[in-house]
Amino acid sequence: MLRDEDRIFTNLYGFEDFALDGARARGDWDNTKDLILKGREWIINETKESGLRGRGGAGFSTGLKWSFMPKQTGDRPHYLVINADEGEPGTCKDRDIMRHDPHKLIEGCLIASFAIGANACYIYIRGEFYNEGSNLQRAIDEAYAAGLIGKNACGSGWDFDLYLHRGAGAYICGEETALIESLEGKKGQPRNKPPFPAQAGLYSCPTTVNNVESVAVVPTILRRGAAWFAGLGRPKNTGTKVFCISGHVNKPCNVEEEMGIPLKELIEKHAGGVRGGWDNLLAIIPGGSSVPVLPRSICDTVLMDFDSLREVRSGLGTAGIIVMDKSTDIVKAIARLSKFYMHESCGQCTPCREGTGWLWRVMERMAQGKARIDEIDMLFDVTKEIEGHTICALGDAAAWPVQGLIRHFRPEMERRILQYTGTQRAAAE
Amino acid sequence: MPKLTIDGIEVEVEPGTSVLQACEQIGIEIPRFCYHERLTVPANCRMCLVEMEKAPKPVASCAMPCGEGMVIKTNTDLVHKARKGVMEFLLINHPLDCPICDQGGECDLQDQAMGYGFDRSRFQENKRAVKDKYLGPLIKTIMTRCIHCTRCIRFADEIAGVPELGATGRGEHMEVGTYIEQAISSELSGNLIDVCPVGALTSKPYAFTTRPWELRKTETIDVMDALGSNIRVDTRGPEVMRLTPRLNEDINEEWLADKSRFHYDGLKRQRLDRPYVRRDGKLQPATWAEAFTAIAERVKGVPGDRIAALAGDLCDAESMVALKDLVEGLGSKNLDCRQDGAAFDTSARAGYLFNTTIAGIEKADAILLIGTYPRWEGSMVNARIRKRYLMGGLKVGVVGERRDLTYPYTYLGAGPQTLQELADGSHEFCEILKTAKRPMLILGAGALRRADGAAIQALARQAAEANNMVQDGWNGFNVLHTAAARVGGLELGFLPGQGGKATAEILAGASSGAIEVVYLLGADEIDTAKLGDAFVIYQGHHGDRGAHRADVVLPGAAYTEKNGLYVNTEGRVQMARMAVFPLGEAREDWKILRALGDQLGVRLPYDSLAQVRKRLAEASPVFRSIESLTMAEWGPFGQAGTIDAAPFHCPIENYYMTDPISRASATMAKCTETFLAAASERTGTHG
Repeated sequence: MLRDEDRIFTNLYGFEDFALDGARARGDWDNTKDLILKGREWIINETKESGLRGRGGAGFSTGLKWSFMPKQTGDRPHYLVINADEGEPGTCKDRDIMRHDPHKLIEGCLIASFAIGANACYIYIRGEFYNEGSNLQRAIDEAYAAGLIGKNACGSGWDFDLYLHRGAGAYICGEETALIESLEGKKGQPRNKPPFPAQAGLYSCPTTVNNVESVAVVPTILRRGAAWFAGLGRPKNTGTKVFCISGHVNKPCNVEEEMGIPLKELIEKHAGGVRGGWDNLLAIIPGGSSVPVLPRSICDTVLMDFDSLREVRSGLGTAGIIVMDKSTDIVKAIARLSKFYMHESCGQCTPCREGTGWLWRVMERMAQGKARIDEIDMLFDVTKEIEGHTICALGDAAAWPVQGLIRHFRPEMERRILQYTGTQRAAAE
Repeated sequence: MPKLTIDGIEVEVEPGTSVLQACEQIGIEIPRFCYHERLTVPANCRMCLVEMEKAPKPVASCAMPCGEGMVIKTNTDLVHKARKGVMEFLLINHPLDCPICDQGGECDLQDQAMGYGFDRSRFQENKRAVKDKYLGPLIKTIMTRCIHCTRCIRFADEIAGVPELGATGRGEHMEVGTYIEQAISSELSGNLIDVCPVGALTSKPYAFTTRPWELRKTETIDVMDALGSNIRVDTRGPEVMRLTPRLNEDINEEWLADKSRFHYDGLKRQRLDRPYVRRDGKLQPATWAEAFTAIAERVKGVPGDRIAALAGDLCDAESMVALKDLVEGLGSKNLDCRQDGAAFDTSARAGYLFNTTIAGIEKADAILLIGTYPRWEGSMVNARIRKRYLMGGLKVGVVGERRDLTYPYTYLGAGPQTLQELADGSHEFCEILKTAKRPMLILGAGALRRADGAAIQALARQAAEANNMVQDGWNGFNVLHTAAARVGGLELGFLPGQGGKATAEILAGASSGAIEVVYLLGADEIDTAKLGDAFVIYQGHHGDRGAHRADVVLPGAAYTEKNGLYVNTEGRVQMARMAVFPLGEAREDWKILRALGDQLGVRLPYDSLAQVRKRLAEASPVFRSIESLTMAEWGPFGQAGTIDAAPFHCPIENYYMTDPISRASATMAKCTETFLAAASERTGTHG
């Protein structure tokens, strides 16, 4: 269990002042100038060595991502874009960071921007986060007034401007290239890669898009050293992480914990355990709605980090843990997720546009049992036709929950189908 | 030059080539819907997926640039499975109404479903239905068929420059449309029908008329403007069913202007299918013999200088040379092919041609538009300028009317005064022209179709020379004509001879009685009231202004009904081919003139089309080789003179109706109503 002194987000629950004075008391903005003066190379190396992996879901090394940016600023400016469009069902970590600890993010933005040579940073915040946006804007204003950002930020000689941009409510705008499109004022639709944002992103300029949490932890890592962060968790899955536990637990919560903590321990220690006891557990979605569901047998032992969850064919994603006890209609639950993806598909590319609707319709029938057994195989085949064939990962995200369901709960689906055909037959007789 | 391996074949390609293009270079066909070589690449249909070594997923070949050492496989199980999957997705919500779809037989989806489709569907749910959209009188929509490739959106945005189409809604609710219902206000909108790979956008006038396999296809050229866009005429029996563009990179690329595409129903209306002779003040049907006799009776004995001839906008070179020989044989020097009265100097070819060529616009980096509205006067020229603008670094200056050209420009002034400043170097835009590497100017109908045309032409020449537009290997002086027949007429010398009268003088002469006989060869754009009491012979194919005034009407052939040569505004000789036979008793025009010549005692020395063309080659060396372009030498032209200070004004008031054919077309009438009349006539309580 994470020791209190190793916590990064010390105001995650908002018990203290979120504003500048409170933030300073928690150690933010302490000697930021010195961190910057250590230079770009040092910041990127330290971040790489800390083993920090992107907290937005894909888990790509943050330091490595920064190193893809051109070393010299050419005729096109560099940009940092912060993805604060947190929309993944089951996830609410960035929200708490922004409303209770916004200065961690702002300081991180300054350091990350300096590291990639950007003088401007845009925070693209989910439109529904009204109060969070207001808190963040207040913090930005404070930081400007205190000279922490703006011209000659923190006295470091680096000019830095930070803008807050509110989204309009599309889940797809959390995809980094769709976010860039939306920021440019266009319809939020993902772009093809290559070119990657590091070559041509916002306004075709070199751009890095980072998750809120990834950037917010950077100042603390730099202050306490890469070795400290790397010493937490397991190899390649280092550091701390904010987990969001929701669903059928006694005390749903956000909690910062060490990477690699066993799932069972996480739930029992911090969320007061599963409703009705661990034996009442049916399944858990460990990383936000996009990752495949895990049955109880796996939940007993699995560790919460990128690689462990990948081994059991799921994923850490955003670490939004959705707990479902035995009262859950699991097929209906996944059908609801399919509806979500159908609703949020941008409609640009064929497999996702057409496939998500198809999945949802079949899933709805599956939930009633109004299907044939062989349609389960067809459903699985359709998810395979979507997966990997789309422009962005939303297609994969729509396919995975259904695949997870079929993989682990096929007997339940078949039982329903047989039951339904049975009642139909009885009614006919 | 990256080198990559595709299906085991090593290929070296230009940097920036996409994998799809590289595949095409070695003859591997990649199925695609959204990719179009002249549009941006969205890679959204996912049909062109290929396998790339070291990539975890199949990649969209249209958007993947070739890289050194790439290994691509296009023929593996993975690729086939991916494409079959995409095809299945495309078809689940497609209505599969091919038997009643106008695209049937020439549909990309149909063709590719043969390769990647399956003979039954696994989709048990209800199909999506989408409400049809109104896109104007030319484009019919059946939006349920749409596969969301966004080609139409990109065409409107990029090529046509009218960002009126877009996608609204998300996921399976995404719909292509204009949001606020409106007709696509572009003269290139017909091309949306061609770019649509399925039957979502089809031709409204052509709807439910024929199947593509019933059509006989004739490759010919268009005569609705002076560009000579290459077209294909599709006919069934004696009827022209539709017109489609043919690829010609030098002129129209693969596009076609709306008037050129949709005027064809005019070929069936108001046609002259037999000779008429005016008796008792009324045109009465007659036989060819009666018509010829009537002409011979009236013309015999009239001195040559009291006879005149005007050639219209749609005439082929053969008929004009025959008429020239006939009229000159009668002793007249009063002939003119510029029925619009444009009075410019024709002594040097460079003075009346589009010297940079249309494709050459892409090389220019500064363009000066003088008295021209190229969207209407030559839509393909405007599309080419826009294409050049999209490449970046183009400066455009406009002297004339301030209108939407689909690209930004600097407005310099309204009339000759500004041109004068440009010619003497005092205008600030001269700086831009002088620093440009390849500046050019386009002189349009608004500048030349005036009494002081020759002086304007001289001034423009001065401006060209002063601003470095004429260099070694680059002649930036361009005239944009509006009539298909014009340059042909100028080349073969259908012009007033020594002491002869030009259009304005001929009309004045007819009013005053100095001219007794006027021969109108398809000339309808004149003020027929000015013909006075003259004896008017009208030879042409439509009962339009000229025929109404005529004393004898001789029915000729429209451009789809004869083999003829046309010279476009660049000076390019092209051949129009006979797609259907002339209507009723109508005949090919040169034959009529040849026969009439015998009646009038002027024997024209040719009995076959080949001989007429030989005569043409004598009249001008330009006609010696067809499909070729003879560049013009720079030389002095134009005549200094007093210049009227009146601003330049585009003489085309209605783009959709500029000649006898388009005036007879119901489709063009609907366009006129939609695009031009709507603004003025509609009120709040209308309809």
